[in-house]
Amino acid sequence: MSTLEIRDLQVAVEDKEILRGVNLTVRAGETHAIMGPNGSGKSTLAYAIAGHPKYTITGGQVLLDGVDLLELGVDERARAGLFLAMQYPVEVPGVSVSNFLRSAVTAVRGEAPKLREFAKDLKAGMDALSIDPAFAQRNLNEGFSGGEKKRHEILQLELLKPKIAVLDETDSGLDVDALRVVSEGINRFRAAGETGVLLITHYTRILRYVKPDFVHVFAGGRIVEEGGPELADKLEAEGYEAYTKASA
Amino acid sequence: MGLETKPLSTLHEKASYDPADFDVPTGREEEWRFTPLSRLKGLHDGSAVASGGGVAVSVEAAPEVVVETVGRDDQRVGKAYVPTDRISAQAYAVFEKATVVTVPREAVASTPTVLTFTGGGGVAYGHTVIKLEAMAEAVVVLDHRGSALYADNVEFVVGDGATLKVVSLQDWADDAVHVSHHHAQLGKDATFRSFVVTLGGDLVRLSPSVSYTAPGGDADLTGLYFVDAGQHLEHRLLVDHSQPNCRSNVVYKGALQGEQAHAVWIGDVIIRVEAEGTDTYELNRNLLLTDGARADSVPNLEILTGEVAGAGHASASGRLDDEHIFYLQARGIPFEEARRLVIRGFFGQLIEKIEVEELRERVMAKVEAELAG
Repeated sequence: MSTLEIRDLQVAVEDKEILRGVNLTVRAGETHAIMGPNGSGKSTLAYAIAGHPKYTITGGQVLLDGVDLLELGVDERARAGLFLAMQYPVEVPGVSVSNFLRSAVTAVRGEAPKLREFAKDLKAGMDALSIDPAFAQRNLNEGFSGGEKKRHEILQLELLKPKIAVLDETDSGLDVDALRVVSEGINRFRAAGETGVLLITHYTRILRYVKPDFVHVFAGGRIVEEGGPELADKLEAEGYEAYTKASA
Repeated sequence: MGLETKPLSTLHEKASYDPADFDVPTGREEEWRFTPLSRLKGLHDGSAVASGGGVAVSVEAAPEVVVETVGRDDQRVGKAYVPTDRISAQAYAVFEKATVVTVPREAVASTPTVLTFTGGGGVAYGHTVIKLEAMAEAVVVLDHRGSALYADNVEFVVGDGATLKVVSLQDWADDAVHVSHHHAQLGKDATFRSFVVTLGGDLVRLSPSVSYTAPGGDADLTGLYFVDAGQHLEHRLLVDHSQPNCRSNVVYKGALQGEQAHAVWIGDVIIRVEAEGTDTYELNRNLLLTDGARADSVPNLEILTGEVAGAGHASASGRLDDEHIFYLQARGIPFEEARRLVIRGFFGQLIEKIEVEELRERVMAKVEAELAG
């Protein structure tokens, strides 16, 4: 069973300190929601863990089953079992969805999947997320709507089967139908109880579909309050105002 | 009026079969300023005299096609195209034998016709005419390989309602120098598809041009180049719309890697007063894979009529997008493979347009080999 441990993580962007010591442990079978106002550093946490070159780690550790992810390259982190569902997946011209997915699955599993099996898995995954099979031949994210991009992020999540998934505002920009479809995908991913989920969101809406075990409030680059699902209800009622004032 | 602000139409108005009508280029002229003249080894000043192994032409023709080797006095030579610069005129003045490929009226060539130009060292000048009579259809491949200092002119005469698809592959050895004009003359409702792939050679300067003799002509000019350290690969396109209701579309993409890798792309389109209803677009993209490489990209559009159906151009040169690479790596794909996927994607859609499957695979394999390093 896997564990992601974030220890006193400090991150800067162009010499500006964004994360000021984040501590958080996500175990397999747990879903943690990180909630916070815009600009609190939530997405920085997600991208820093994944290894985006724009973010400089100035202190701390991120351990996945004892291995410090910060010592690994971006692709090595993914192969170690980390997955980041992006808030704004980029369009990659000329690279088809199916070609990309097969390359990714091959890299993560360490061997190429059997073609027939892969085609079957892909079709099943797309069906479950109500993705038109024609998308497999389209260029990655090119011309996809916001909702289509998010469905494809979850499709990748289900195909790659990471140990720990970080979902960065996967709910943003989704209508209710798309939110339900995407949430069902996340729930399938965590159903077996062998994977951990770190769900970053601004709104409580998605938490009605994806029930968290823990809720953390993020403000000013660190976690300022922690609790159970009831904390989300409190935020829903009161907003972030109390936290933004405190961190200002 | 300075050189830069001269109308395009005036830059392209000079034409002559006689090299003496053109000054020896100094490198300051608009049409020569990007080309390293010293590496032309005398092609531009008349000092390079045909010698050595030359360039051997062999033809594997479709059964419906007539292939002839003719002398300078053949009536079909020099009909569609008059040389427009010094080297082109030089090549025209001194070539000895021309290859003429004719696709008879209404004939549909059942297989591609492949002309292989093999450089055997030394200096050579050449001339080729590909003539499609009315309603004919053919796929023609010009495959350049080996080593040479070579200047030539190629005339594509596409008759009324005919369709010509050409792939020109410049797959020369590292030390080859090739300066070439490819001129297509399109008749009424003629269709011309050109696919240029330039990979090899120390210096390649290829100038594809298109003219129309009647309305309804349709030209697609596609190009792909991969420039390695020290190479100079230059493509100079000219589409001259002088007839109403014709169409042209130019898409050239290149990747560059290594010190002193230099790509030049000039895309000139003229829409003359009489060319109402013209629809044209031109695009050039360059992918700079390393430091030390340089891409010059100059699209020019001169519109002399107010009645166009569409006219536009775009040019962009840049590096691999870090966000693309990050996204692929974040899915476990190692950096080198992510890079290959993105570059393959950059070229992939173009390569799919190559008419001949074996060539498509050969070009893909070449690009893969360039990427591997």
